[in-house]
Amino acid sequence: MPVQTKGPNNQKQHQTGYIYTNVDETFQPLQVLSTDGKVIDEANMPALSDDQLRELMRRMVFTRIWDQRAIALNRQGRLGFYAPVAGQEASMIGSEFALNKEDFILPGYRDIPQLVWHGMPLYQAFLYSRGHQHGGQLPQDVNVLMPQIIIGAQIVEAAGVALGYKLRNEKRVAITYTGDGGSSQGDFYEGLNFAGAYQAPAIFVVQNNRFAISVPLEKQTKAETIAQKAVAAGIPGVQVDGMDVLAVYKAVKDAADRGRNGEGATLIECLTYRFGPHTLAGDDPTRYRTKEQESEWEQKDPLTRFRKYLESKKLWSEEDETQVIEEAKQAVAEAIKQADETPAMTVSGLIDSMFETLPESLKEQKAWFEGV
Amino acid sequence: MAQMTMIQAITDAMRIELARDPNVLLFGEDVGKNGGVFRATDGLQKEFGEHRVFDTPLAESGIGGLAVGLGLTGFRPIAEVQFIGFVFETFDQIASQATRMRYRSGGRYTSPITFRAPFGGGVKTPECHADPLEGLLTQTPGLKVVVPSNPYDAKGLLISAIRDNDPVFFLEHMKLYRSFRGEVPEGEYTVPIGKANVVKEGAHLTIITYGAMVHTSLKAAELAKKERGVDVEVIDLRTIQPIDTETILASVRKTNRAIVVQEAQRSAGVAAEVIAQINEKAILHLEAPVLRVTAPDTPYAFAQIEDKWLPTPERIVKTINEVLDF
Ligand SMILES: Cc1ncc(C[n+]2csc(CCOP(=O)(O)OP(=O)(O)O)c2C)c(N)n1
Repeated sequence: MPVQTKGPNNQKQHQTGYIYTNVDETFQPLQVLSTDGKVIDEANMPALSDDQLRELMRRMVFTRIWDQRAIALNRQGRLGFYAPVAGQEASMIGSEFALNKEDFILPGYRDIPQLVWHGMPLYQAFLYSRGHQHGGQLPQDVNVLMPQIIIGAQIVEAAGVALGYKLRNEKRVAITYTGDGGSSQGDFYEGLNFAGAYQAPAIFVVQNNRFAISVPLEKQTKAETIAQKAVAAGIPGVQVDGMDVLAVYKAVKDAADRGRNGEGATLIECLTYRFGPHTLAGDDPTRYRTKEQESEWEQKDPLTRFRKYLESKKLWSEEDETQVIEEAKQAVAEAIKQADETPAMTVSGLIDSMFETLPESLKEQKAWFEGV
Repeated sequence: MAQMTMIQAITDAMRIELARDPNVLLFGEDVGKNGGVFRATDGLQKEFGEHRVFDTPLAESGIGGLAVGLGLTGFRPIAEVQFIGFVFETFDQIASQATRMRYRSGGRYTSPITFRAPFGGGVKTPECHADPLEGLLTQTPGLKVVVPSNPYDAKGLLISAIRDNDPVFFLEHMKLYRSFRGEVPEGEYTVPIGKANVVKEGAHLTIITYGAMVHTSLKAAELAKKERGVDVEVIDLRTIQPIDTETILASVRKTNRAIVVQEAQRSAGVAAEVIAQINEKAILHLEAPVLRVTAPDTPYAFAQIEDKWLPTPERIVKTINEVLDF
């Protein structure tokens, strides 16, 4: 496991002898499976049962289909805001799979799959997309926050949740997600630094999908890796092949174990790619991406790679695949139906949810509204 | 004259100023190659190069600080905040840094910055994209705040903003970006900051408003005419800091009745300020209290109910009637 704990000692020195420029050398991405599904790093093969391996595949296929359905539903005007996830399944699902149910997820706007696999009912994910308050009213035992729109806000909050668990002596971790773009925010550095300073059990996952809307990684940062940003915060930094679900699982599982053992926070950079547009609100990737790059990354499709691996172990078949596809389509259809049947939100209801007891001024405003 | 949408008029204003003054720089998230998420800066990087028009990393405090720093070295930055809800990430740079530069340095340094941001409701954006935060901006001393309601004003006001030696926040209502076209002269012209516009003359009651609510108010004026034969005057503030009190007072002295319409939440906002000014300077001309039509004091409503949450022509008419029947 490439855990980076020391800074300058491992680094190449500049001729002048005191200027250090390279921290990237020690950040080799962790990869368990090759792109054609062969085990290339036996030592880091996570301990997962056959059933667990199949479950990982099931979730990735399910999520791919749900993503396709969500895009179609959005285009028909039946969903609202939606950010496609295809390409990032290994990084999203592999990381969530490494958590316990009591661990807390602080997501960014694209991280709905992690929430759903952590227990958020699918129909509520759709209500969230439609801009319905009930989309965020999650069951008590689902330890997640709603997707965060303000990029970076969730990162500092994750340090707080993690510190909270530490102060309460609970063996839980807080995990938060952002993108390569998000790693430029001031909040990103503040969150890492706080978690480092308090030795709080936080896991910061950066899904480096190479673009922040249209801005490529090269314009986002001059650093060779995002993982190396952990060095300055004094926490371990890890880079993972984010198209390799086993590698992602392994990295997050180890980080969670360290967090539970009192060893503090970890930054994990997942090298991944989003196949679709940034969101469905008018983004046109042909303005900033090349066909060559797209097809290069399609070769690394996390589903294909893992499917090959499982097939070689006789753990996955075409029938399995077909069955999951059907299951996903049906689940989406049912969830949409349930979302359709949920009573619409009202302005009065919104006003009522403002305070424990409504102040006079809001009571007045509510009455005025209802009078129209 | 050309027919332009508001967003084309905005692009045109920036193109003219980038061409006229080599010190004008334009930057923000996705403004370069992508031409902005709304295409407000489309083509400008191609035309003026990556040194004049550039993408920043995703960090609004950085964008604000960069603008302040560039202002200190003689540049005239146009800094885009991608959506208004992200203004909090850069608010220290706006409120505590840029606007205080002239004051703090006794005039030695200034912040000739134009901050631009899309804002405003009715287009069903996700959370924190549409929030009407203009009240917050207008309460920031040292900041001028401009909210155009049509393509002609947008171009003329943006050119004024870029040429202004003090920081100006230029708010672009998303619903107005492409909803209609208007006549826009080619080449340069300015619309002065701080001057309101009487968009419709009337005798019985004045509506004071700005941004997209100008259009909603005009609809309400039509309804009121039809329903009750009332002849409503509509004033578009165009600039909400500083407010053109003179134009408001002249109108109120004529109509003796007024309401203020804003899509922002009720408390402590622009409407409250306009009412205070009328009270201070024209109370004896009033036949009824000045009322306001606003959104309620909640966070910006989720997409599903935003059309109900925002002021509607019907709600404005209801308030017109309350004033007339006082
Ligand atoms: C504070 C803040 N600034 C800007 C935005 C607008 N915005 C939404 S997504 C995005 C790009 C994010 O890129 P990245 O963090 O790499 O995540 P990805 O979308 O690639 O998953 C931007 C600029 C925002 N939501 N919040």
